[in-house]
Amino acid sequence: MKITVADVEHVARLARLELNLGEKELFAGQMDAILGYVEKLNGVNTEGIVPTSHAVPMENAFREDITKSSIGLEKALANAPDRSGSFFAVPKVIE
Amino acid sequence: MNIFNMTIHELHNALKGKQISSVEATAAMLERIESVEPQVGSFITVTPEKALVAAESADQRIARGECHLMTGIPMAIKDIFLTEGILTTCGSRILNNFIPPYSAASWEKLRDRGAVLLGKLNQDEFAMGSSNESSAYGTTRNPWDLSRIPGGSSGGSAAAVAASQAIATLGTDTGGSIRQPASHCGCVGLKPTYGRVSRYGVIAYASSLDQVGPLTRDVADCAVMLEAIAGHDPKDSTSVDTPVPNYSATLKNGVKGLKIGLPKEYFIDGLDPDVQVAMDAAIETYRRLGAEFVEISLPHTDYAVATYYLIATAEASSNLARYDGVRFGHRAEADGLLDMYTKSRSEGFGAEVKRRIMLGTYALSSGYYDAYYVKAQKVRTLIMNDFIRAFADVDVMLTPVAPTPAFKIGEKINDPLQMYLSDIFTIPVNLAGTCAMSLPAGFSTTGLPIGLQLIGKPFGEEALLQAGYAFEQATEWHIRKATI
Repeated sequence: MKITVADVEHVARLARLELNLGEKELFAGQMDAILGYVEKLNGVNTEGIVPTSHAVPMENAFREDITKSSIGLEKALANAPDRSGSFFAVPKVIE
Repeated sequence: MNIFNMTIHELHNALKGKQISSVEATAAMLERIESVEPQVGSFITVTPEKALVAAESADQRIARGECHLMTGIPMAIKDIFLTEGILTTCGSRILNNFIPPYSAASWEKLRDRGAVLLGKLNQDEFAMGSSNESSAYGTTRNPWDLSRIPGGSSGGSAAAVAASQAIATLGTDTGGSIRQPASHCGCVGLKPTYGRVSRYGVIAYASSLDQVGPLTRDVADCAVMLEAIAGHDPKDSTSVDTPVPNYSATLKNGVKGLKIGLPKEYFIDGLDPDVQVAMDAAIETYRRLGAEFVEISLPHTDYAVATYYLIATAEASSNLARYDGVRFGHRAEADGLLDMYTKSRSEGFGAEVKRRIMLGTYALSSGYYDAYYVKAQKVRTLIMNDFIRAFADVDVMLTPVAPTPAFKIGEKINDPLQMYLSDIFTIPVNLAGTCAMSLPAGFSTTGLPIGLQLIGKPFGEEALLQAGYAFEQATEWHIRKATI
């Protein structure tokens, strides 16, 4: 398979990344090489094999439903690039 | 002996015996950092004032007779660990102004025992890299040869120990990021079993693989650090509730009768001759100490790098979606919300991070999910099964850490696939979720450190540390210091 600049543009859109033409061409070549390399997995018979998402087999980690204090508004907003009162401010979503 | 060359246990004895104070030790470390930092570049942030305050309070604790092994020990941690009130960048421009509102659990455990934080260490951006060249804050240099990489992604953590800028450090390991730099810089590095140490407050790269661990001057120090940071944490639902052994107490049990496996897939033709010589010598040493060797096979080894670069990038693309300029980190000037997300991310992330987000997004995207991501998860099962089967016959495994000693800065930067392949011997351990350690095991003809990897069973850190300690007692590689 061959990764094209159009493929790179599609994936970049999904990943919310903006790439210049040089980056697009570079990534197309590099992704093509890397994805070409991972194709070797097709040589492994995985019929009937259960996928592993986690190395340690565990069920849900439950805890008692107890109310605890949180870090609080000021600390939570301390790194906000922009705030409005007790909210994170962002550019207008709907015109 | 210079204070800055001491181990944790040596400095602890000096502190306890009142031959030296933590303030004196900390001041000596800060002076050392100032003198070698321009050459090495291990740190992103040094915190001298806070360090001296912490040292003073450690001295008060010691005066009251509260002297834990970590009390008053000046150390440093990778910039991936959140530190309340102290800049935490994770090596990225996107976090160049981020002051965390809380601290990582592993660091808190050390801090509560009185450890002194000297600063935050350089690393590959978001722990993505094997050379520290992807840091947005300059490349750390290998103290043994300044034209070479220290390894990555915990390159600053290894270089700081090797250049005597910290008594010990903390790093993280997702595909070899503690063991490979430890090997390249001639220190001891341990990646604990997945779930052994809390990941709470550690900036996530690939959550099913990331694990916290120590980098130290010797194995005894490694045991001390692991004892301090290990254990269940209700705030990390993947941390495992298994008792933490007293690792220091069993260190000296020896290796007589220990069955060591040599996975044949790790002793390949492409291995650097100097690495081969070091491995042969290590095997001989263990034989002399009474260990038995068994040839074993991990048949899916050849698929590990491909599996890793699908699973790790997929998890990364999801984890790094949080960097959108809304709540913290860099926000770009933009027209509208979507433009703000895109511009903030594009300005904030470096090339390697973008590349991995792209690969992961691709592997998870509609039409490719089963062929890439699910396929990789299935092969991961086979890789894990290889380890389970092999560990039925042996107690630990012995392998090289990396196929070559540290390479030159710039050598692999333009060929990501070649860079990825340098992690071939460390990646399978993360996929299997078990523990492994890198130990100094020799030097190349050009004077570069070579590491030996011991791989243990899940939660088998005790056996690893015993085997490591026995090797260290029989050799002198760990005593040699970089001339910087």
